[in-house]
Amino acid sequence: MSSQPSSTEYLKKPLPAIINNIGWGILLLGGVCYVLGYLVDARHAAFVHVVNFLFLTSIGVGALFLIALEYIAGAVWSVPMRRVNEFLAALIPIAALMALPLFFHLHDLYQWVNGEIVAHDTVLKIKEPYLNVNFFTIRFVAIFGLWTMFFFLFTQNSLKQDVNKDQKYTKFNIGLATAFMPIFAIGLTIIAIDWAMSLEPHWYSTIYGVYYFSGTVLAGVAAATYIIVKLHEHGYFPQLRRDHFYSLGTLLFVFINFWAYIAFSQFLLIWYANLPEETYWFIARWKNGWEYVSVLLIVVHFAVPYFMLLSQDSKMDLKRLKFISIWVLIAHLLDLYWLIMPSYSASPVLSWMEICFPLLIVGLVSVMFAWKMKRENLIPVGDPKLGRGLEFRL
Amino acid sequence: MVHKQRIIEQETLMIQKPLYSITALFDSPDEIIRAAEKTNNAGYTKYDVHTPYPVHGMDNAMRFKTSKIGYFAFAFGLLGALSAVTFISWITLSEYPLVIGGKPFWSWPAFVPVSFEITVLFAAVLSTLAMIIFYFKFPNNAHPLHDTQYMKRVSSDKFGLSIQAEDPKFDEKTVGEFLKSVGGKEIIPVFFEPEELNHGQKLFDLKFIGVLMVVALSVSAVTYFTFNKFMYMQPFNWMMVQNKLKAQQSSELFKNGIGMRQPVEGTVARGFMPYPFKGKPEDAGKYLVNPLLSTKEVLDRGKSKYLTFCSPCHGNFARGDSRLQGQFPNPPTLHSDKVRNWPDGRIYHVITEGQNAMPSYAPQISPEERWAIINYIRVLQRAQNAKESDLK
Repeated sequence: MSSQPSSTEYLKKPLPAIINNIGWGILLLGGVCYVLGYLVDARHAAFVHVVNFLFLTSIGVGALFLIALEYIAGAVWSVPMRRVNEFLAALIPIAALMALPLFFHLHDLYQWVNGEIVAHDTVLKIKEPYLNVNFFTIRFVAIFGLWTMFFFLFTQNSLKQDVNKDQKYTKFNIGLATAFMPIFAIGLTIIAIDWAMSLEPHWYSTIYGVYYFSGTVLAGVAAATYIIVKLHEHGYFPQLRRDHFYSLGTLLFVFINFWAYIAFSQFLLIWYANLPEETYWFIARWKNGWEYVSVLLIVVHFAVPYFMLLSQDSKMDLKRLKFISIWVLIAHLLDLYWLIMPSYSASPVLSWMEICFPLLIVGLVSVMFAWKMKRENLIPVGDPKLGRGLEFRL
Repeated sequence: MVHKQRIIEQETLMIQKPLYSITALFDSPDEIIRAAEKTNNAGYTKYDVHTPYPVHGMDNAMRFKTSKIGYFAFAFGLLGALSAVTFISWITLSEYPLVIGGKPFWSWPAFVPVSFEITVLFAAVLSTLAMIIFYFKFPNNAHPLHDTQYMKRVSSDKFGLSIQAEDPKFDEKTVGEFLKSVGGKEIIPVFFEPEELNHGQKLFDLKFIGVLMVVALSVSAVTYFTFNKFMYMQPFNWMMVQNKLKAQQSSELFKNGIGMRQPVEGTVARGFMPYPFKGKPEDAGKYLVNPLLSTKEVLDRGKSKYLTFCSPCHGNFARGDSRLQGQFPNPPTLHSDKVRNWPDGRIYHVITEGQNAMPSYAPQISPEERWAIINYIRVLQRAQNAKESDLK
């Protein structure tokens, strides 16, 4: 399209101060919850902490994946909104910080940390070269280090382009995205196996990494969608049209289906083979009240968002998009709860910890956005694809 | 040459043929989008745009409302899902029930992949068929725009806009000027051909249905003869056809017409020793003698077979603590006085014939393995009820 990009008309507008203040309030409240939780019941707190750590990782890495996907696929429609993902990806180093206290509670979480159990367990002995605290820490540091590095490279190039409008940064980021994709895939699989699957170290599922990936991208898309729609409603993205929102809605819909597809694939194969060393994982989630959580997960994570986003109009309805993205984020939290908490308790638990630990994440995202929007442009004004992105039509 | 003639023909017959539409060609997607917007703003409703590829933003320019085809696709998909589930349920429950992997007959997780595929198939194929029937009035295959200069250009390098004569605002004199004013390059009128004038719904036309039936019958016949007759006329049969009887085949050689023969009375086939104590457990206990000694090899073999076939229900230590999570009734312990005092032959009988809920294991476990298992059970029993002398 030949019309001029409206990049020159862009004026930086920070978020109102109240978001920063409320964000800090929620952040502190969440922090107090963690301290109290660890004082009251350290083992319970550690398990809920893992749920929330993986949740924060999902949003951050999901956002970074979307940035890389945009570069690698040469997507145009998402360019005006890319900064939202770049801001969200800044959560990756914070997620790594958030995991640090967990390293003091590994013995509460993981059987394989306990040398006595490992010594009497043939399976754990065989897995010991992989599942030991040293190698676990090395993997964690390496993966989060690499992801943080990619986050800095992507965003620094993008910010430099704002100033000098040089196309070479886009080219450089495309190369970066190509290198990032395999690191993302392998890293995410390892994080899922290390932090969630090794809670039940005798059990294994080769699709586990993909399962966590589907939730990760869904959380990334949902967080970005909510923030983009909210900002648009308050006049931050005046040029976005229903065509952009439709694309966001479609992406949400795709990954809702993808999650169901992967979740069912994992279930079907284990159900069909019916091997005792595999089925007990599902059996543990189908008794003592966990069966209600499992059914709830199918309804919340698939059935409701599927039908709410099925029609074409619903994908452009801003109110519905806002609602469904918050819904999907809660569904992802429930998904992680369903993955992790059965190793803590034989029947479902819901205490104040499950409710107030996620507050920390809400606070973190608000504070992060207020801070980022003060410093950086909300729209990548130097991106060569920006004009076409704003002109995007279905 | 043919087309040139046709155009000349069209021009000479212009007066006789009714006008379908007036069309205009454009050079770029931008031009056609702006032209579509202006045509819409001018109040035309019966117009259409033809482009060599989908142009982004056209729906918006033509002010299309959201397509309703999604609802049809949804209904067709639902129909597919229901048909698949009903059909599979009918097969697995009543028509041909098969036990697969010890699962219930109606195992819904196994139906999901197939039902999903059928859902997609129905939604796609029926939506396409419905579109062809309702929009193109199948079996009608003529349209005024077919085989025109206009269609030739818009399917290769030009973008076209056609305003139809049935539009209430249509005026033959001003439409051409209007199209030129929005940037149209070549203004070409398109006329109805005689066969296109009378194109009502002919789906239930007797002639059409007759042709359809002839086609269906001839395709079936050709397929049948090709696969069953023609393809089997082999010059060499490569020993595929032999003068011998296969299992289940009938034979005229024998009086009762059955090809498979019973063994001669009083004989047994090699390796098929019949079990003489069928239904006589006490006799088995009395007359059968364990031929194996409790050597290390025998016990190792017995242990391996016990863990494979017996332990799922009887437990690894024969305590009757099964691993089956209540999916099958638990058997009693083998450490009871009753079983401990049974002679070996009595246990052999249970393995061979089965007892209560336990089926016969004769097909899975050879006689020798059965004796080895019994020796291993004796070891388990001894371990639970050790004598004073064993403890020294």
